[in-house]
Amino acid sequence: MGVARYIKNDKDEILDVILQSGIHIKPVYTRKDMEDAGFDPEKDLAYPGEYPFTRGIHPQGYRSREWTTRQYTGFGTPEETNERFKLMISHGQTGLNVAFDLPTQMGLDSDDPLSEGEVGRVGMAVDSLRDFEAAFREIPLDRIGAGLTINAVASIMLAMFQATSEKFGFKKDRVSATPQNDILKEMIGRGAWIFPVKPSVCLIGDTIEYSMKELPRTNPVSICGYHIRESGCSPAQEIAYAFQIANTYIEEVLRRGHSIDDFVRGFTFNLNIFGNLWEQVAKFRAARKLWAKNLKERYGAKDNRSLLLRGIFGGGGYGMTKAQPENNIIRGAYYALAAALGGAQTTALCSFDEAYTIPTPRAALLSLRTFQILMEEIGMRDTVDPLAGSYFIETLTKQMEEKIVEEMKQVDEMGGMTKAVETGYVQREVARQAYEFEKGVQKGELIKVGVNKYTEGEEMEVELHEYRLGSAEEQIRRLKEVKRERDNRTVAQLLKDLENAARAERNVMPYLLECCKAYATVGEMTRVFKEVYGEFKEPSIF
Amino acid sequence: MERKIRILVAKPGLDGHDRGAKVVAQALRDAGMEVIYTGLHQTVDQIIQTALQEDVDVIGLSIMSGAHLPICEKLMKKMKEKEFEDATVVVGGVIPTRDIPLLQKMGIEGVFPGGTPFDESIKWIKEHIKQRT
Repeated sequence: MGVARYIKNDKDEILDVILQSGIHIKPVYTRKDMEDAGFDPEKDLAYPGEYPFTRGIHPQGYRSREWTTRQYTGFGTPEETNERFKLMISHGQTGLNVAFDLPTQMGLDSDDPLSEGEVGRVGMAVDSLRDFEAAFREIPLDRIGAGLTINAVASIMLAMFQATSEKFGFKKDRVSATPQNDILKEMIGRGAWIFPVKPSVCLIGDTIEYSMKELPRTNPVSICGYHIRESGCSPAQEIAYAFQIANTYIEEVLRRGHSIDDFVRGFTFNLNIFGNLWEQVAKFRAARKLWAKNLKERYGAKDNRSLLLRGIFGGGGYGMTKAQPENNIIRGAYYALAAALGGAQTTALCSFDEAYTIPTPRAALLSLRTFQILMEEIGMRDTVDPLAGSYFIETLTKQMEEKIVEEMKQVDEMGGMTKAVETGYVQREVARQAYEFEKGVQKGELIKVGVNKYTEGEEMEVELHEYRLGSAEEQIRRLKEVKRERDNRTVAQLLKDLENAARAERNVMPYLLECCKAYATVGEMTRVFKEVYGEFKEPSIF
Repeated sequence: MERKIRILVAKPGLDGHDRGAKVVAQALRDAGMEVIYTGLHQTVDQIIQTALQEDVDVIGLSIMSGAHLPICEKLMKKMKEKEFEDATVVVGGVIPTRDIPLLQKMGIEGVFPGGTPFDESIKWIKEHIKQRT
């Protein structure tokens, strides 16, 4: 497993197809294949909106509601980002997905020496509430939900979001945020971790517990198979690891004495869409079913709303190429098709220029148009789960289900996801496959158009987003202003209260909210956590 | 016996996207080099210190965030200050073509943007180290 392969004879006829998840594809499927795979239409399918939800979580699919579009957006100062948000909304985007710069993701202020060169580069800079106020100014937060793509300090950002929406006069039961808030996947794939595993999971528990009572429309976690797949794992592992991560967070909240049906409907997923189209569609269908089963059988959930796998199916970054970048526009369209056929609630697409830099407005709008064309022009809203009943798709969905269960079992045998991450088991598995994949591409076994076949030799000119050095200076100047103008004694006291709460293992969210309202900075709050929790040490995987 | 080439694969700065660094580390190892991987979130000072301790021939930086110019500038300046100029510095990651001459001017000898075949960077390193010794 690791690389999708085509076995061909010398006449270029395909003898076998092996998907990345390790499943062999046959040339022709019949009813017998479905039966051999154990497919039972009553048990495996039912109707859309009914258990086990293989066909989707809404009875009417996209007829009742189109998907939400949320391009990953953010750069420079919050003011610059606010302008881009408004541009995307004016062109029909229906949600936000905020990109933060690396200092913010790592809990550092813009004037920290470690932030030098990174302020506002891959996302917008946030130091204090002032920045959230600037970023969300004139955004109808009761209508537009905000994804906050941040993990180690997601609790701080959620508090910022609440403080901002309150300040703008939105009721807290009307606003909806989706902080990404999935630290285990950061430890596996994306690397923006700060604190050790245990307190990190505890912070996630705090946000879930708090949202349950205070922010009922907020989805406090978005569990990301996405980045684990980007880092190298197979589609089956993507789902298995995401579910085992989710189980870890579930158990953290159960440990606090809450009942599963009181909180789990706030869980959402972030899953990837690149690769073999059929494998992705089968993956999404199998995932919905297994998630419902996981909740029902493993955790005894009774409320139907607890069983729904909701998510953003999008991105596709690793499928995109630097060579012949315009090809990524076409790839993106196919990947978005996979998301639609897979029944995504929300989507986003990496833009064609992202192998070079963060997207230009033109590139971001092309991604948005891709979704709009799918939904408005070619019939994606016509009927729910259009591939259901296909001999091939139903067989493959059953086979994917088996593969996912196998992978989940391996993690269970290791003692759960926390152990699997602390020992580096998943990281090793992911890195090994990333290497296999790359070797496959370089040997030409795995075709990437424009990279190892149909190459053009000449490099194409791409219009690049320009990083504005001035925005870092502006950001630092504003941070200094905030520190001058706020009541520093109150801030110091509130930070002390936060520290005491963290040490006493009380839920830190109410304390963070007070700190944010008093314009304490991200760096100051993170420093408190570092003092109390310490820092994560990466396991050595080589 | 010929001494194996020692190379430090380093992730400077705050970016945690390490798929590329880990893939390249495995390829260099399979090509017979001794590879030391720093792990994430390394400061320039930490990288130089590890490079000195491990007595490496090559420092390979992997940078995806777009901050390659300021990071490389800082590293080269500090290496000069410490009179640590025996190691060859190479960089890979998301590097736009137009920045390659700027990096070379700073003294970064090899630039390998994402998608560079393993064979190409391995061959470059081997030949380059041979010439230096």
